[in-house]
Amino acid sequence: MKMKLTEEIAKLSKESNHQDGDSYRSISVESTLKISQIHRCHGRDVEITALEAGIVPERYARNMKTYSHTQQAVLLKSTVSIVGLGGLGGVVVEILARMGTGSLNLIDGDIFEESNLNRQFLSSEKALQQTKAESAEKRINAINSSLIIHTHPEYVNEENAVDYLGKSDVIVDCLGGIQDRFVLEKASKKVGCPLISGAVAGLSGHVTTIFPNDLGLESIYGKPSDLPASGAEASLGCLPQIVTLVAAIQCSEVAKIILNKEVLFRNKIFTIDLLENVFEILDLAG
Amino acid sequence: MERYIQVRLFASLKDFSPTDPDNFPISHGETIKSVLKRLDIPQNEVKLIFIDGVKKDVTYRLQGGERVGIFPPVGGG
Repeated sequence: MKMKLTEEIAKLSKESNHQDGDSYRSISVESTLKISQIHRCHGRDVEITALEAGIVPERYARNMKTYSHTQQAVLLKSTVSIVGLGGLGGVVVEILARMGTGSLNLIDGDIFEESNLNRQFLSSEKALQQTKAESAEKRINAINSSLIIHTHPEYVNEENAVDYLGKSDVIVDCLGGIQDRFVLEKASKKVGCPLISGAVAGLSGHVTTIFPNDLGLESIYGKPSDLPASGAEASLGCLPQIVTLVAAIQCSEVAKIILNKEVLFRNKIFTIDLLENVFEILDLAG
Repeated sequence: MERYIQVRLFASLKDFSPTDPDNFPISHGETIKSVLKRLDIPQNEVKLIFIDGVKKDVTYRLQGGERVGIFPPVGGG
């Protein structure tokens, strides 16, 4: 007779120690895979069951001095949509996969080209001409095979947005250009989901978090009818150091929303300028 | 009495920075719109204006001593 999932996890767990000497029960990546095959369930479900039984998936061991078992399980149960898999999106994918954000919904219709190589972590010389969605899926699988991945190798638009985003707990706006961000914001409000918007140009960038009733993108860019197709990035390009920093801040907001933390960049914008090392939190409410 | 503001221009607007951005002279009650004009910054390239960390518009009248931050639209991803 097949053992119960919790019994199987307990049987294959072992004693480990944190760096400060505290001990804990741990389950390895190999054991997680083995159990998911025996029980025909997803690795994510094995890890959630383990955490709920007080057993730490070893891949999250360094999370566990900041996040509780319950919080790590909440992260694993969450669904995050990443719209745009270029510079910002590539880093967001990397961080959320390692953090253990359980279900990732990836949306981008683009393919990689050489001018992406300076900043887009999912691009590589070998991945040129591959779809960004496919590369993202491969990268996540290589980092964390316990996660559930849905890919949509299409650009977000008025027709598909609500359908693709409907089941998200958080949506991350990693789009390039400005107009499409308003399409995404409209859809996020429609599905009642918080949106974390990041944007960069040259060595400058900003992040804001928009809940459905918040001020939103219009308070940053003005009316969508008055917008240029692109912003300052058209004349300045995008440097990898600012892209990575802005994406990391977006991921911090994702985790805090999922874990119900109150200090967020709502109705505020966090601006960063790496040329003169200016970091400011500005009030959008005026 | 001479009055000054600190002007911080971001991204593509940096080229318009005055020689001494920490001490940019203004007249009492001068608007942001007037400051933009004196710095040759095209108004349609300005999307966000912050006075002492709070969003304001081009009609805001300066008293002196303010920190003024001005952003173009930034949309790269």
